[in-house]
Amino acid sequence: MSDQHIQHIQLAEESIQKQTTTLNLGPTHPATHGIFENVLEIDGEKVLSATQNLGYIHRAFEKIAERRPYGQIQPLTDRLNYCSAPINNIGWQTTVEKLLGLTMPKRVDYLRVMLMEFARIADHLVCNSIVAVDTGALTPFTYVFQIRERIYEIYEAICGARLTTNIGRIGGFERNLSDDCWKKVHALMEDLPKALHEFETLLNRNRIFMDRCIGAGPISAERALNYGFTGPNLRATGVDYDVRVHSPYCSYEDFEFDIPVGTNGDVYDRFMVRNGEMWQSYKIIQQAIEKLKDLDPSVYHADVPAYYLPEKKEVYTKMEALIYHFKIVMGEIDIKAGEVYHSVEGANGELGFYLISDGGRAPFRLHFRRPCFIYYQAYPEMIKDGLLSDAVIALSSMNVIAGELDA
Amino acid sequence: MTNEYIQQVLSDQFGASVWGFEESFGIFSFNMKPEINMQVLQFLYEDAGLAFQFLTDITAVHYPDRKDEELCVVYHIHNLVANKRIRIRASVPLAQPDIATATTLFSSANWMERETFDFFGVNFIGHPNLVRILNVDEMNYFPMRKEFPMEDPTRTDKDDEMFGR
Repeated sequence: MSDQHIQHIQLAEESIQKQTTTLNLGPTHPATHGIFENVLEIDGEKVLSATQNLGYIHRAFEKIAERRPYGQIQPLTDRLNYCSAPINNIGWQTTVEKLLGLTMPKRVDYLRVMLMEFARIADHLVCNSIVAVDTGALTPFTYVFQIRERIYEIYEAICGARLTTNIGRIGGFERNLSDDCWKKVHALMEDLPKALHEFETLLNRNRIFMDRCIGAGPISAERALNYGFTGPNLRATGVDYDVRVHSPYCSYEDFEFDIPVGTNGDVYDRFMVRNGEMWQSYKIIQQAIEKLKDLDPSVYHADVPAYYLPEKKEVYTKMEALIYHFKIVMGEIDIKAGEVYHSVEGANGELGFYLISDGGRAPFRLHFRRPCFIYYQAYPEMIKDGLLSDAVIALSSMNVIAGELDA
Repeated sequence: MTNEYIQQVLSDQFGASVWGFEESFGIFSFNMKPEINMQVLQFLYEDAGLAFQFLTDITAVHYPDRKDEELCVVYHIHNLVANKRIRIRASVPLAQPDIATATTLFSSANWMERETFDFFGVNFIGHPNLVRILNVDEMNYFPMRKEFPMEDPTRTDKDDEMFGR
């Protein structure tokens, strides 16, 4: 090659001076467990800044909801936090029931509490075992997924679905819990403490795990509140805010349980708070099963024929049931005009439904307050000046769920 | 903390700029003029007797029939200690949807306002990074406004008389 063909590469001045590396963590990366894109600026292994991009799986649920009858919005809520779909479903049902002014029989409330706590355990198991996976411990994950599978089998026995459950209806449950389902519940309750204990022995005082997690991705209580944290992430900083206690729904006021809190708001505290919450959930389910024994086992929905979808058998044999079925499915039921904000304690924070009805067949406006959309914005602040590997476990310990983030 | 107390303190401080106090479904709510939104939020945050220091949510609602106040920005704020929630509305015209940002007070307002901008086009003055968040950057309209129906409006095979309103 002759001299004249040698071209000197002209680089922009700043690219030569630049001492840091730009790294794309995500949108699809094995360590992010979902569609999250973070453009990190790193100096060696130290994270200097992070720019978050989101919206990869935005599905416009709020817009779709403005065209759907109330009962048909429930499947949309499945797809928010899909790790604990029953909590979202019941959150939506209780919101509509609040608007309509319906009160549920105690048995429906307790069944709902039982289900929601199972969902919370399933969600926390996934989150905590993923933290372990990201620190290099794969075994606990494979152990606890058996428990999660059995919780999914309970959902399946109630509603026929596992992940996107669409469980229950406005006004109660679609059918009573079968004997087979109760058998699964009791068997699981027997094995749950053993499994949780096993999970804890593997990790809680594990020196490697502790060294990796303590002090990683911390946030102070003050900053967490300012960033709108709720749920286990807020409680890990030491603030004991829990919607179940502060504004009880579904008769949570009848139950005795503690709110586990942390102190430093780091990965380890979030992990420990979730572990503590699983034990509390176990306690709540025990109480719920005990309370259910005293109640009439044939009740599984409120007596509100104008809003509760009738049983299929009755639709085929009774005129009234057929009429109500048609009216409910076609969205011709009477809905009051009103403005409701109702929130439930989702597995990762306060899941709020802001519903405005103008009396029409579909909501005039429905807004989801998604907890992880709000707290995920603190992520760059939490990982700043930490190591890249800490950024990965900080993300998984925050339990950011892509479906909820992008709605 | 009673509703009457909140109403009294706010009326003393802001006079006719806050109005429409009412409680519905357990949440006390009122309206405020959009020009003073930050003064009201700041006052609610700093006043020792009120101390509404937790921002639960910011969103907007589009009311096409309300002339010159089509876009209603809704704040839900919470006093965690007294466990009291309130809702504040500020309506801005569609032609010039300007309102001051709450990011100066709440870090959490950042994405909530970006989302509200993304879907309704509310212009939060002073926001550090007011760009689209969930929709694509190239989008040149605000999809949650009521002029965009969910289904194709040119379709003729669906009779609204029979299938919903």
